[in-house]
Amino acid sequence: MTGALAIGVSERSGARVVPDVSVRRIAGTVRFEGLGKTYTSSAGEVQALSDINLEIEAGEIYGIIGRSGAGKSSLLRSINRLESPSEGRVLVDGEDIAGLNEAGLIRLRRRIGMIFQHFNLLASKTVRENVALPLLIAGVPKDEAATRVAEVLKLVGLEGKEDTYPSRLSGGQKQRVGIARALVNRPEILLCDEATSALDPETTLSILRLLRDINRRLGLTIILITHEMSVIREVCHRVLVLERGQIVETGPVWQVFARPQHDATQALLAPLKRDLPADLAARLRPRAESLTDLHVVELTFAGEAAPDLAALSAAINGPVRLVQAAVERIEGHAIGRLVVLLPGRADLARLPLAARSLGHVAADD
Amino acid sequence: MSPQMIDRLISAFFDTVLMVSASAGIAVVAGIPLAVFLVISGPGGFFPAPRLNRVLGAIVNGFRAVPFIVLLVALIPFTRLVTGTTIGVWAAVVPLAISATPFFARIAEVSLREVDPGLVEAAQSIGASRWQIVRHVLLPEALPGIIGGFTITVVSMIGASAMAGAVGAGGLGDVAIRYGYQRFDTTIMVVVIVILVALVSLVQISGDTAVRRLRAR
Repeated sequence: MTGALAIGVSERSGARVVPDVSVRRIAGTVRFEGLGKTYTSSAGEVQALSDINLEIEAGEIYGIIGRSGAGKSSLLRSINRLESPSEGRVLVDGEDIAGLNEAGLIRLRRRIGMIFQHFNLLASKTVRENVALPLLIAGVPKDEAATRVAEVLKLVGLEGKEDTYPSRLSGGQKQRVGIARALVNRPEILLCDEATSALDPETTLSILRLLRDINRRLGLTIILITHEMSVIREVCHRVLVLERGQIVETGPVWQVFARPQHDATQALLAPLKRDLPADLAARLRPRAESLTDLHVVELTFAGEAAPDLAALSAAINGPVRLVQAAVERIEGHAIGRLVVLLPGRADLARLPLAARSLGHVAADD
Repeated sequence: MSPQMIDRLISAFFDTVLMVSASAGIAVVAGIPLAVFLVISGPGGFFPAPRLNRVLGAIVNGFRAVPFIVLLVALIPFTRLVTGTTIGVWAAVVPLAISATPFFARIAEVSLREVDPGLVEAAQSIGASRWQIVRHVLLPEALPGIIGGFTITVVSMIGASAMAGAVGAGGLGDVAIRYGYQRFDTTIMVVVIVILVALVSLVQISGDTAVRRLRAR
Protein backbone atom coordinates (compact mmCIF):
# COMPACT_ATOMS: atom_id res chain seq x y z
CA MET A 1 0.00 0.00 0.00
CA THR A 2 1.52 3.32 0.93
CA GLY A 3 5.16 3.80 0.49
CA ALA A 4 5.18 7.38 1.64
CA LEU A 5 5.01 7.10 5.37
CA ALA A 6 6.01 4.57 7.87
CA ILE A 7 5.61 5.57 11.44
CA GLY A 8 3.88 4.20 14.45
CA VAL A 9 2.16 6.33 17.01
CA SER A 10 4.85 7.36 19.40
CA GLU A 11 4.43 8.06 23.07
CA ARG A 12 7.37 10.35 23.06
CA SER A 13 6.41 13.64 24.62
CA GLY A 14 7.52 16.79 22.94
CA ALA A 15 9.96 17.27 20.15
CA ARG A 16 13.64 16.65 20.44
CA VAL A 17 15.52 19.83 20.85
CA VAL A 18 18.27 20.47 18.37
CA PRO A 19 21.38 21.33 20.39
CA ASP A 20 21.61 25.01 21.09
CA VAL A 21 24.08 26.59 18.73
CA SER A 22 25.55 28.71 21.51
CA VAL A 23 26.73 25.68 23.49
CA ARG A 24 28.02 23.85 20.44
CA ARG A 25 31.68 23.14 20.54
CA ILE A 26 33.96 23.41 17.60
CA ALA A 27 35.58 20.12 18.51
CA GLY A 28 33.88 16.94 17.42
CA THR A 29 33.49 17.24 13.67
CA VAL A 30 34.07 14.30 11.37
CA ARG A 31 34.48 14.52 7.64
CA PHE A 32 34.78 11.72 5.11
CA GLU A 33 36.28 12.52 1.74
CA GLY A 34 35.95 9.94 -0.99
CA LEU A 35 36.27 7.14 1.54
CA GLY A 36 36.53 3.62 0.21
CA LYS A 37 37.33 0.28 1.76
CA THR A 38 38.13 -2.95 -0.02
CA TYR A 39 38.66 -6.24 1.74
CA THR A 40 40.54 -9.12 0.28
CA SER A 41 38.93 -12.36 1.31
CA SER A 42 39.16 -15.93 0.09
CA ALA A 43 36.23 -15.17 -2.19
CA GLY A 44 38.11 -12.31 -3.83
CA GLU A 45 37.88 -8.58 -3.33
CA VAL A 46 34.93 -7.19 -1.45
CA GLN A 47 34.06 -3.54 -1.76
CA ALA A 48 32.79 -2.66 1.73
CA LEU A 49 32.58 1.10 1.21
CA SER A 50 32.87 3.29 -1.82
CA ASP A 51 33.02 7.03 -2.37
CA ILE A 52 31.68 8.14 1.00
CA ASN A 53 31.55 11.93 1.28
CA LEU A 54 30.00 13.25 4.42
CA GLU A 55 30.35 15.91 7.05
CA ILE A 56 29.19 15.37 10.62
CA GLU A 57 28.86 18.49 12.70
CA ALA A 58 29.99 19.00 16.26
CA GLY A 59 27.28 18.32 18.83
CA GLU A 60 24.85 16.47 16.61
CA ILE A 61 23.54 12.93 16.88
CA TYR A 62 24.19 11.34 13.54
CA GLY A 63 22.66 8.01 12.66
CA ILE A 64 24.05 5.59 10.12
CA ILE A 65 21.56 2.92 9.16
CA GLY A 66 21.75 0.03 6.79
CA ARG A 67 21.09 -3.64 6.51
CA SER A 68 23.75 -6.03 7.76
CA GLY A 69 26.73 -6.06 5.48
CA ALA A 70 26.01 -2.55 4.24
CA GLY A 71 29.36 -1.31 5.54
CA LYS A 72 28.15 0.58 8.62
CA SER A 73 30.66 -1.01 10.92
CA SER A 74 33.62 -0.27 8.64
CA LEU A 75 32.53 3.33 8.30
CA LEU A 76 32.22 3.78 12.06
CA ARG A 77 35.56 2.10 12.75
CA SER A 78 37.34 4.32 10.27
CA ILE A 79 36.67 7.28 12.57
CA ASN A 80 38.98 6.02 15.32
CA ARG A 81 41.09 4.03 12.88
CA LEU A 82 40.17 0.63 14.21
CA GLU A 83 39.94 0.08 10.48
CA SER A 84 41.97 1.91 7.91
CA PRO A 85 40.34 2.99 4.66
CA SER A 86 41.70 1.82 1.30
CA GLU A 87 40.95 5.15 -0.36
CA GLY A 88 40.05 8.64 0.67
CA ARG A 89 40.47 10.49 3.91
CA VAL A 90 38.89 10.78 7.33
CA LEU A 91 39.26 14.14 9.03
CA VAL A 92 38.52 14.57 12.71
CA ASP A 93 38.35 18.25 13.62
CA GLY A 94 39.98 18.96 10.29
CA GLU A 95 42.95 16.67 10.85
CA ASP A 96 43.62 13.78 8.49
CA ILE A 97 43.92 10.83 10.87
CA ALA A 98 45.77 8.64 8.38
CA GLY A 99 48.89 10.69 9.08
CA LEU A 100 48.95 9.98 12.82
CA ASN A 101 51.79 7.95 14.30
CA GLU A 102 51.13 5.52 17.17
CA ALA A 103 51.30 8.21 19.86
CA GLY A 104 49.07 10.50 17.81
CA LEU A 105 46.58 7.68 17.26
CA ILE A 106 46.43 6.98 20.99
CA ARG A 107 45.75 10.68 21.63
CA LEU A 108 43.02 10.66 18.98
CA ARG A 109 41.37 7.60 20.48
CA ARG A 110 41.28 9.27 23.88
CA ARG A 111 39.16 12.00 22.29
CA ILE A 112 36.75 9.44 20.81
CA GLY A 113 34.72 7.17 23.07
CA MET A 114 33.17 3.99 21.75
CA ILE A 115 30.45 1.65 22.94
CA PHE A 116 29.65 -1.78 21.57
CA GLN A 117 26.76 -4.11 20.89
CA HIS A 118 28.13 -6.73 23.27
CA PHE A 119 29.41 -4.15 25.74
CA ASN A 120 32.97 -5.57 25.74
CA LEU A 121 33.52 -5.19 29.47
CA LEU A 122 36.39 -6.94 31.22
CA ALA A 123 34.98 -9.83 33.24
CA SER A 124 38.01 -9.78 35.52
CA LYS A 125 37.42 -6.20 36.64
CA THR A 126 34.70 -4.53 38.72
CA VAL A 127 32.49 -1.78 37.37
CA ARG A 128 34.80 0.79 38.94
CA GLU A 129 37.93 -0.82 37.49
CA ASN A 130 36.35 -1.12 34.05
CA VAL A 131 35.39 2.53 34.00
CA ALA A 132 38.75 3.60 35.44
CA LEU A 133 40.75 1.66 32.85
CA PRO A 134 40.97 4.49 30.27
CA LEU A 135 42.30 6.79 33.01
CA LEU A 136 44.72 4.18 34.32
CA ILE A 137 46.27 3.67 30.92
CA ALA A 138 46.34 7.42 30.27
CA GLY A 139 48.27 7.86 33.51
CA VAL A 140 45.70 10.09 35.23
CA PRO A 141 46.56 10.49 38.95
CA LYS A 142 44.55 8.21 41.25
CA ASP A 143 42.67 10.93 43.13
CA GLU A 144 41.50 12.62 39.98
CA ALA A 145 40.63 9.25 38.42
CA ALA A 146 38.46 8.33 41.41
CA THR A 147 36.58 11.64 41.19
CA ARG A 148 35.98 11.27 37.49
CA VAL A 149 34.86 7.66 37.75
CA ALA A 150 32.36 8.62 40.46
CA GLU A 151 31.17 11.47 38.24
CA VAL A 152 30.47 9.36 35.17
CA LEU A 153 28.93 6.53 37.17
CA LYS A 154 26.52 9.08 38.60
CA LEU A 155 25.82 10.41 35.12
CA VAL A 156 24.84 6.96 33.83
CA GLY A 157 22.92 6.08 36.98
CA LEU A 158 25.12 3.31 38.33
CA GLU A 159 25.92 4.59 41.80
CA GLY A 160 26.14 1.72 44.26
CA LYS A 161 27.31 -0.78 41.63
CA GLU A 162 30.98 0.24 41.79
CA ASP A 163 32.27 -3.03 43.23
CA THR A 164 30.05 -5.36 41.22
CA TYR A 165 31.50 -7.54 38.48
CA PRO A 166 29.92 -7.19 35.01
CA SER A 167 28.58 -10.77 35.03
CA ARG A 168 26.17 -9.72 37.79
CA LEU A 169 24.69 -6.85 35.81
CA SER A 170 21.74 -6.77 33.41
CA GLY A 171 22.27 -5.91 29.75
CA GLY A 172 21.15 -2.34 30.25
CA GLN A 173 23.45 -1.89 33.22
CA LYS A 174 26.36 -3.35 31.26
CA GLN A 175 25.78 -0.84 28.48
CA ARG A 176 25.70 1.92 31.08
CA VAL A 177 29.12 0.76 32.27
CA GLY A 178 30.24 0.82 28.63
CA ILE A 179 28.95 4.37 28.27
CA ALA A 180 30.66 5.45 31.50
CA ARG A 181 33.94 3.93 30.30
CA ALA A 182 33.57 5.73 26.96
CA LEU A 183 32.86 9.07 28.65
CA VAL A 184 35.46 9.02 31.41
CA ASN A 185 38.16 10.44 29.13
CA ARG A 186 35.81 13.37 28.36
CA PRO A 187 35.70 12.64 24.63
CA GLU A 188 34.29 15.01 22.06
CA ILE A 189 32.87 12.20 19.93
CA LEU A 190 31.03 9.06 21.01
CA LEU A 191 30.78 6.16 18.57
CA CYS A 192 27.96 3.71 19.17
CA ASP A 193 28.27 0.35 17.42
CA GLU A 194 24.77 -1.19 17.45
CA ALA A 195 24.70 -0.17 21.11
CA THR A 196 21.12 -1.25 21.70
CA SER A 197 20.83 -4.23 19.37
CA ALA A 198 21.38 -6.75 22.17
CA LEU A 199 18.87 -5.11 24.50
CA ASP A 200 15.13 -5.52 24.99
CA PRO A 201 12.85 -2.69 23.77
CA GLU A 202 12.37 -1.10 27.17
CA THR A 203 16.08 -1.08 27.98
CA THR A 204 16.82 0.16 24.47
CA LEU A 205 14.62 3.15 25.12
CA SER A 206 16.32 3.93 28.42
CA ILE A 207 19.79 3.72 26.87
CA LEU A 208 18.72 5.94 23.96
CA ARG A 209 17.33 8.49 26.41
CA LEU A 210 20.62 8.42 28.25
CA LEU A 211 22.50 9.04 25.02
CA ARG A 212 20.22 11.95 24.19
CA ASP A 213 20.69 13.36 27.65
CA ILE A 214 24.47 13.04 27.41
CA ASN A 215 24.45 14.74 24.02
CA ARG A 216 22.48 17.63 25.42
CA ARG A 217 24.41 18.00 28.66
CA LEU A 218 27.94 17.46 27.41
CA GLY A 219 27.45 18.71 23.88
CA LEU A 220 29.45 15.86 22.42
CA THR A 221 28.94 14.51 18.93
CA ILE A 222 27.31 11.08 18.86
CA ILE A 223 27.63 8.87 15.80
CA LEU A 224 25.65 5.69 15.94
CA ILE A 225 25.10 2.78 13.65
CA THR A 226 22.01 0.64 13.77
CA HIS A 227 19.76 -1.46 11.60
CA GLU A 228 16.63 -0.26 13.38
CA MET A 229 14.81 2.83 12.15
CA SER A 230 13.12 3.18 15.54
CA VAL A 231 16.53 3.94 17.06
CA ILE A 232 17.12 6.65 14.46
CA ARG A 233 13.69 8.11 15.10
CA GLU A 234 14.25 8.14 18.83
CA VAL A 235 17.50 10.06 19.04
CA CYS A 236 19.07 11.17 15.80
CA HIS A 237 19.13 14.61 14.26
CA ARG A 238 20.40 13.51 10.88
CA VAL A 239 20.62 10.13 9.22
CA LEU A 240 22.52 8.43 6.47
CA VAL A 241 21.24 5.32 4.75
CA LEU A 242 23.98 3.00 3.63
CA GLU A 243 23.38 0.28 1.06
CA ARG A 244 26.13 -1.96 -0.32
CA GLY A 245 28.82 0.42 0.82
CA GLN A 246 27.27 3.50 -0.72
CA ILE A 247 25.30 6.42 0.63
CA VAL A 248 21.82 6.17 -0.86
CA GLU A 249 20.11 8.80 1.22
CA THR A 250 20.99 11.47 3.78
CA GLY A 251 19.13 14.22 5.50
CA PRO A 252 17.32 15.36 8.61
CA VAL A 253 15.54 12.41 10.24
CA TRP A 254 12.06 13.86 9.80
CA GLN A 255 12.57 14.28 6.08
CA VAL A 256 13.84 10.77 5.57
CA PHE A 257 10.86 9.47 7.53
CA ALA A 258 8.37 11.64 5.70
CA ARG A 259 9.74 11.17 2.20
CA PRO A 260 12.03 8.18 1.91
CA GLN A 261 13.57 8.19 -1.56
CA HIS A 262 15.41 4.92 -1.88
CA ASP A 263 14.19 1.32 -1.83
CA ALA A 264 16.66 0.50 0.92
CA THR A 265 15.18 3.22 3.11
CA GLN A 266 11.67 1.96 2.42
CA ALA A 267 12.75 -1.54 3.39
CA LEU A 268 14.27 -0.29 6.63
CA LEU A 269 11.11 1.66 7.41
CA ALA A 270 8.87 -1.34 6.70
CA PRO A 271 8.89 -2.71 10.29
CA LEU A 272 7.42 0.59 11.49
CA LYS A 273 4.77 0.64 8.81
CA ARG A 274 1.12 -0.32 9.34
CA ASP A 275 -0.94 -2.03 6.73
CA LEU A 276 -4.58 -1.23 6.15
CA PRO A 277 -6.64 -3.18 8.71
CA ALA A 278 -7.34 -6.65 7.31
CA ASP A 279 -11.14 -6.48 7.58
CA LEU A 280 -11.17 -3.23 5.66
CA ALA A 281 -8.70 -4.46 3.08
CA ALA A 282 -10.88 -7.50 2.43
CA ARG A 283 -13.93 -5.35 1.67
CA LEU A 284 -12.07 -2.89 -0.50
CA ARG A 285 -13.22 -2.52 -4.09
CA PRO A 286 -11.68 -0.40 -6.80
CA ARG A 287 -14.84 1.51 -7.75
CA ALA A 288 -17.86 2.85 -5.96
CA GLU A 289 -20.78 0.50 -6.63
CA SER A 290 -23.49 2.53 -4.98
CA LEU A 291 -24.04 6.09 -3.98
CA THR A 292 -23.76 5.24 -0.30
CA ASP A 293 -20.32 3.66 -0.69
CA LEU A 294 -17.58 5.27 1.35
CA HIS A 295 -14.30 6.40 -0.11
CA VAL A 296 -11.18 5.04 1.65
CA VAL A 297 -8.58 7.78 1.51
CA GLU A 298 -5.05 8.01 2.76
CA LEU A 299 -3.98 11.46 3.90
CA THR A 300 -0.35 12.30 4.48
CA PHE A 301 1.39 15.33 5.83
CA ALA A 302 4.88 16.42 6.68
CA GLY A 303 5.61 19.91 7.85
CA GLU A 304 5.69 22.35 10.67
CA ALA A 305 2.07 22.14 11.83
CA ALA A 306 -0.18 19.22 12.69
CA PRO A 307 -3.33 19.02 10.52
CA ASP A 308 -6.52 20.84 11.51
CA LEU A 309 -9.27 18.20 11.71
CA ALA A 310 -12.13 20.69 11.60
CA ALA A 311 -10.75 22.11 8.38
CA LEU A 312 -10.70 18.60 6.99
CA SER A 313 -14.36 18.08 7.74
CA ALA A 314 -15.29 21.52 6.46
CA ALA A 315 -13.44 20.96 3.19
CA ILE A 316 -15.59 18.03 2.21
CA ASN A 317 -18.67 19.31 3.99
CA GLY A 318 -19.48 15.93 5.49
CA PRO A 319 -18.42 13.33 8.04
CA VAL A 320 -14.82 12.16 8.27
CA ARG A 321 -14.34 8.81 9.93
CA LEU A 322 -10.86 8.07 11.13
CA VAL A 323 -9.83 4.43 10.56
CA GLN A 324 -6.15 4.46 11.19
CA ALA A 325 -3.54 7.05 12.12
CA ALA A 326 0.17 7.25 12.55
CA VAL A 327 1.26 10.68 13.62
CA GLU A 328 4.54 11.85 14.94
CA ARG A 329 6.59 14.90 15.72
CA ILE A 330 10.26 14.67 14.87
CA GLU A 331 12.28 17.75 15.67
CA GLY A 332 9.32 20.04 15.56
CA HIS A 333 7.97 18.61 12.33
CA ALA A 334 4.58 17.00 12.30
CA ILE A 335 4.55 14.01 10.02
CA GLY A 336 1.84 11.48 9.70
CA ARG A 337 -0.53 9.31 7.76
CA LEU A 338 -4.26 9.05 8.32
CA VAL A 339 -6.66 6.62 6.74
CA VAL A 340 -10.18 8.05 6.66
CA LEU A 341 -13.59 7.11 5.30
CA LEU A 342 -15.23 9.93 3.39
CA PRO A 343 -18.60 10.16 1.70
CA GLY A 344 -18.41 8.82 -1.85
CA ARG A 345 -19.09 12.20 -3.39
CA ALA A 346 -16.24 13.96 -1.56
CA ASP A 347 -13.84 15.84 -3.79
CA LEU A 348 -10.32 14.84 -2.83
CA ALA A 349 -8.83 17.87 -4.54
CA ARG A 350 -10.38 20.14 -1.93
CA LEU A 351 -8.76 18.41 1.02
CA PRO A 352 -6.09 20.40 2.85
CA LEU A 353 -3.78 17.37 2.97
CA ALA A 354 -2.16 15.21 0.32
CA ALA A 355 -4.77 12.57 -0.43
CA ARG A 356 -4.64 9.27 -2.21
CA SER A 357 -7.59 7.04 -2.89
CA LEU A 358 -7.18 3.48 -1.66
CA GLY A 359 -10.59 2.26 -2.85
CA HIS A 360 -14.20 2.08 -1.78
CA VAL A 361 -16.19 0.11 0.75
CA ALA A 362 -19.90 -0.43 1.27
CA ALA A 363 -21.35 1.64 4.13
CA ASP A 364 -22.97 -1.36 5.77
CA ASP A 365 -21.60 -0.95 9.27
CA MET B 1 60.92 -48.65 58.15
CA SER B 2 64.26 -47.60 59.54
CA PRO B 3 64.91 -44.01 60.68
CA GLN B 4 67.46 -43.68 57.84
CA MET B 5 64.78 -44.67 55.39
CA ILE B 6 62.42 -42.02 56.82
CA ASP B 7 65.19 -39.42 56.51
CA ARG B 8 65.81 -40.56 52.95
CA LEU B 9 62.10 -40.19 52.15
CA ILE B 10 61.92 -36.73 53.70
CA SER B 11 64.94 -35.55 51.80
CA ALA B 12 63.60 -37.11 48.58
CA PHE B 13 60.30 -35.33 49.12
CA PHE B 14 62.04 -31.96 49.40
CA ASP B 15 64.18 -32.74 46.37
CA THR B 16 61.04 -33.36 44.34
CA VAL B 17 59.36 -30.20 45.63
CA LEU B 18 62.49 -28.16 44.88
CA MET B 19 62.94 -29.58 41.38
CA VAL B 20 59.30 -29.08 40.48
CA SER B 21 58.92 -25.60 41.95
CA ALA B 22 62.16 -24.26 40.48
CA SER B 23 61.32 -25.53 37.01
CA ALA B 24 57.67 -24.48 37.34
CA GLY B 25 58.88 -20.99 38.18
CA ILE B 26 61.04 -20.94 35.08
CA ALA B 27 58.16 -22.31 32.99
CA VAL B 28 55.92 -19.44 34.12
CA VAL B 29 58.52 -16.74 33.58
CA ALA B 30 59.41 -18.05 30.12
CA GLY B 31 56.12 -19.66 29.10
CA ILE B 32 53.75 -16.73 29.58
CA PRO B 33 55.71 -14.28 27.41
CA LEU B 34 56.11 -17.04 24.84
CA ALA B 35 52.37 -17.72 24.86
CA VAL B 36 51.54 -14.01 24.63
CA PHE B 37 53.92 -13.62 21.71
CA LEU B 38 52.50 -16.66 19.92
CA VAL B 39 49.01 -15.16 20.23
CA ILE B 40 49.64 -11.53 19.33
CA SER B 41 52.11 -12.23 16.52
CA GLY B 42 49.92 -14.84 14.87
CA PRO B 43 47.18 -14.38 12.28
CA GLY B 44 44.67 -11.78 13.44
CA GLY B 45 46.92 -10.68 16.30
CA PHE B 46 47.71 -7.03 16.94
CA PHE B 47 51.49 -7.49 16.72
CA PRO B 48 51.86 -9.34 13.43
CA ALA B 49 55.18 -11.13 12.92
CA PRO B 50 54.23 -14.20 10.91
CA ARG B 51 57.74 -15.47 10.23
CA LEU B 52 58.98 -15.34 13.83
CA ASN B 53 55.64 -16.75 14.90
CA ARG B 54 56.11 -19.82 12.67
CA VAL B 55 59.72 -20.33 13.79
CA LEU B 56 58.79 -20.17 17.48
CA GLY B 57 55.79 -22.41 16.88
CA ALA B 58 58.04 -25.00 15.24
CA ILE B 59 60.56 -24.89 18.12
CA VAL B 60 57.77 -25.31 20.65
CA ASN B 61 56.40 -28.29 18.74
CA GLY B 62 59.89 -29.79 18.49
CA PHE B 63 60.43 -29.75 22.23
CA ARG B 64 56.90 -31.03 22.84
CA ALA B 65 57.58 -33.99 20.54
CA VAL B 66 60.63 -35.30 22.41
CA PRO B 67 59.84 -37.62 25.34
CA PHE B 68 61.13 -36.24 28.62
CA ILE B 69 63.49 -39.13 29.35
CA VAL B 70 65.15 -38.59 25.94
CA LEU B 71 65.29 -34.84 26.44
CA LEU B 72 66.90 -35.39 29.84
CA VAL B 73 69.81 -37.24 28.26
CA ALA B 74 70.01 -35.23 25.05
CA LEU B 75 70.28 -31.99 27.00
CA ILE B 76 73.23 -33.16 29.14
CA PRO B 77 75.82 -30.95 27.35
CA PHE B 78 73.55 -27.93 27.68
CA THR B 79 72.86 -28.74 31.32
CA ARG B 80 76.58 -28.89 32.04
CA LEU B 81 77.00 -25.51 30.35
CA VAL B 82 74.31 -23.93 32.50
CA THR B 83 74.81 -25.56 35.90
CA GLY B 84 78.39 -26.79 35.63
CA THR B 85 77.28 -30.29 36.56
CA THR B 86 75.24 -33.14 35.11
CA ILE B 87 74.06 -34.70 38.33
CA GLY B 88 71.88 -33.55 41.19
CA VAL B 89 68.70 -31.54 41.63
CA TRP B 90 69.81 -28.56 39.58
CA ALA B 91 70.89 -30.74 36.71
CA ALA B 92 67.32 -32.00 36.57
CA VAL B 93 65.81 -28.54 36.78
CA VAL B 94 67.27 -27.57 33.39
CA PRO B 95 65.58 -30.31 31.29
CA LEU B 96 62.43 -30.16 33.43
CA ALA B 97 62.07 -26.41 32.79
CA ILE B 98 62.88 -26.79 29.11
CA SER B 99 60.28 -29.50 28.75
CA ALA B 100 57.62 -27.72 30.84
CA THR B 101 57.94 -24.28 29.22
CA PRO B 102 56.60 -25.18 25.74
CA PHE B 103 53.95 -27.41 27.31
CA PHE B 104 52.72 -24.62 29.55
CA ALA B 105 53.07 -22.02 26.79
CA ARG B 106 50.73 -24.01 24.53
CA ILE B 107 48.11 -24.32 27.25
CA ALA B 108 48.37 -20.62 28.17
CA GLU B 109 48.16 -19.78 24.47
CA VAL B 110 44.77 -21.48 24.22
CA SER B 111 43.41 -19.43 27.12
CA LEU B 112 44.80 -16.21 25.70
CA ARG B 113 43.27 -16.96 22.32
CA GLU B 114 39.88 -17.40 23.93
CA VAL B 115 39.83 -13.80 25.13
CA ASP B 116 37.04 -12.08 23.19
CA PRO B 117 38.56 -9.98 20.37
CA GLY B 118 35.90 -7.40 21.24
CA LEU B 119 37.77 -6.71 24.48
CA VAL B 120 40.97 -6.04 22.57
CA GLU B 121 39.05 -3.74 20.26
CA ALA B 122 37.51 -1.94 23.25
CA ALA B 123 40.98 -1.47 24.73
CA GLN B 124 42.26 -0.11 21.43
CA SER B 125 39.32 2.28 21.29
CA ILE B 126 40.26 3.80 24.64
CA GLY B 127 43.79 4.39 23.46
CA ALA B 128 45.61 1.45 25.04
CA SER B 129 49.08 0.62 23.72
CA ARG B 130 49.89 -2.96 22.78
CA TRP B 131 51.71 -3.57 26.02
CA GLN B 132 48.77 -2.12 27.97
CA ILE B 133 46.39 -4.44 26.13
CA VAL B 134 48.52 -7.42 27.16
CA ARG B 135 48.88 -6.19 30.72
CA HIS B 136 45.32 -4.99 31.40
CA VAL B 137 43.19 -7.11 29.08
CA LEU B 138 44.75 -10.33 27.77
CA LEU B 139 46.49 -11.54 30.92
CA PRO B 140 43.78 -10.70 33.50
CA GLU B 141 41.00 -12.06 31.27
CA ALA B 142 42.88 -15.29 30.54
CA LEU B 143 44.07 -15.73 34.13
CA PRO B 144 41.61 -18.47 35.17
CA GLY B 145 42.59 -20.54 32.13
CA ILE B 146 46.28 -19.87 32.69
CA ILE B 147 46.06 -21.00 36.30
CA GLY B 148 44.17 -24.11 35.24
CA GLY B 149 46.89 -24.80 32.68
CA PHE B 150 49.61 -24.19 35.25
CA THR B 151 48.03 -26.79 37.52
CA ILE B 152 48.14 -29.35 34.73
CA THR B 153 51.74 -28.42 34.01
CA VAL B 154 52.83 -28.85 37.63
CA VAL B 155 51.10 -32.21 37.94
CA SER B 156 52.77 -33.51 34.81
CA MET B 157 56.10 -32.14 36.06
CA ILE B 158 55.76 -34.08 39.29
CA GLY B 159 55.39 -37.15 37.09
CA ALA B 160 58.38 -36.20 34.93
CA SER B 161 60.56 -35.47 37.97
CA ALA B 162 60.40 -39.18 38.84
CA MET B 163 62.69 -39.77 35.85
CA ALA B 164 65.21 -37.30 37.15
CA GLY B 165 66.78 -40.14 39.10
CA ALA B 166 68.37 -41.00 35.77
CA VAL B 167 70.67 -38.04 36.25
CA GLY B 168 71.11 -38.72 39.95
CA ALA B 169 68.83 -35.93 40.99
CA GLY B 170 67.09 -37.95 43.65
CA GLY B 171 63.51 -37.26 44.49
CA LEU B 172 60.60 -39.52 45.31
CA GLY B 173 60.56 -41.32 41.99
CA ASP B 174 64.22 -42.27 42.40
CA VAL B 175 63.55 -43.70 45.87
CA ALA B 176 60.61 -45.71 44.57
CA ILE B 177 62.70 -47.22 41.75
CA ARG B 178 65.81 -47.93 43.75
CA TYR B 179 64.24 -49.23 46.95
CA GLY B 180 60.69 -50.11 46.05
CA TYR B 181 61.36 -51.78 42.71
CA GLN B 182 64.98 -52.93 42.63
CA ARG B 183 65.03 -54.08 46.29
CA PHE B 184 61.47 -55.36 46.36
CA ASP B 185 60.55 -53.08 49.31
CA THR B 186 56.81 -52.87 48.89
CA THR B 187 56.37 -50.64 51.93
CA ILE B 188 58.61 -47.98 50.43
CA MET B 189 56.79 -48.28 47.14
CA VAL B 190 53.40 -47.80 48.82
CA VAL B 191 54.63 -44.89 50.95
CA VAL B 192 56.08 -43.10 47.92
CA ILE B 193 52.86 -43.61 45.97
CA VAL B 194 50.79 -42.25 48.85
CA ILE B 195 53.03 -39.18 49.14
CA LEU B 196 52.87 -38.55 45.39
CA VAL B 197 49.08 -38.93 45.31
CA ALA B 198 48.78 -36.48 48.23
CA LEU B 199 51.13 -34.00 46.56
CA VAL B 200 49.31 -34.12 43.22
CA SER B 201 45.93 -33.82 44.92
CA LEU B 202 47.12 -30.81 46.88
CA VAL B 203 48.32 -29.09 43.70
CA GLN B 204 45.14 -29.93 41.82
CA ILE B 205 42.82 -28.80 44.60
CA SER B 206 44.68 -25.51 45.08
CA GLY B 207 44.57 -24.82 41.35
CA ASP B 208 40.90 -25.68 41.07
CA THR B 209 40.04 -23.49 44.04
CA ALA B 210 41.89 -20.53 42.58
CA VAL B 211 40.17 -20.97 39.22
CA ARG B 212 36.76 -21.31 40.84
CA ARG B 213 37.28 -18.13 42.87
CA LEU B 214 38.30 -16.18 39.77
CA ARG B 215 35.42 -17.49 37.69
CA ALA B 216 32.83 -16.81 40.38
CA ARG B 217 33.04 -13.08 39.88
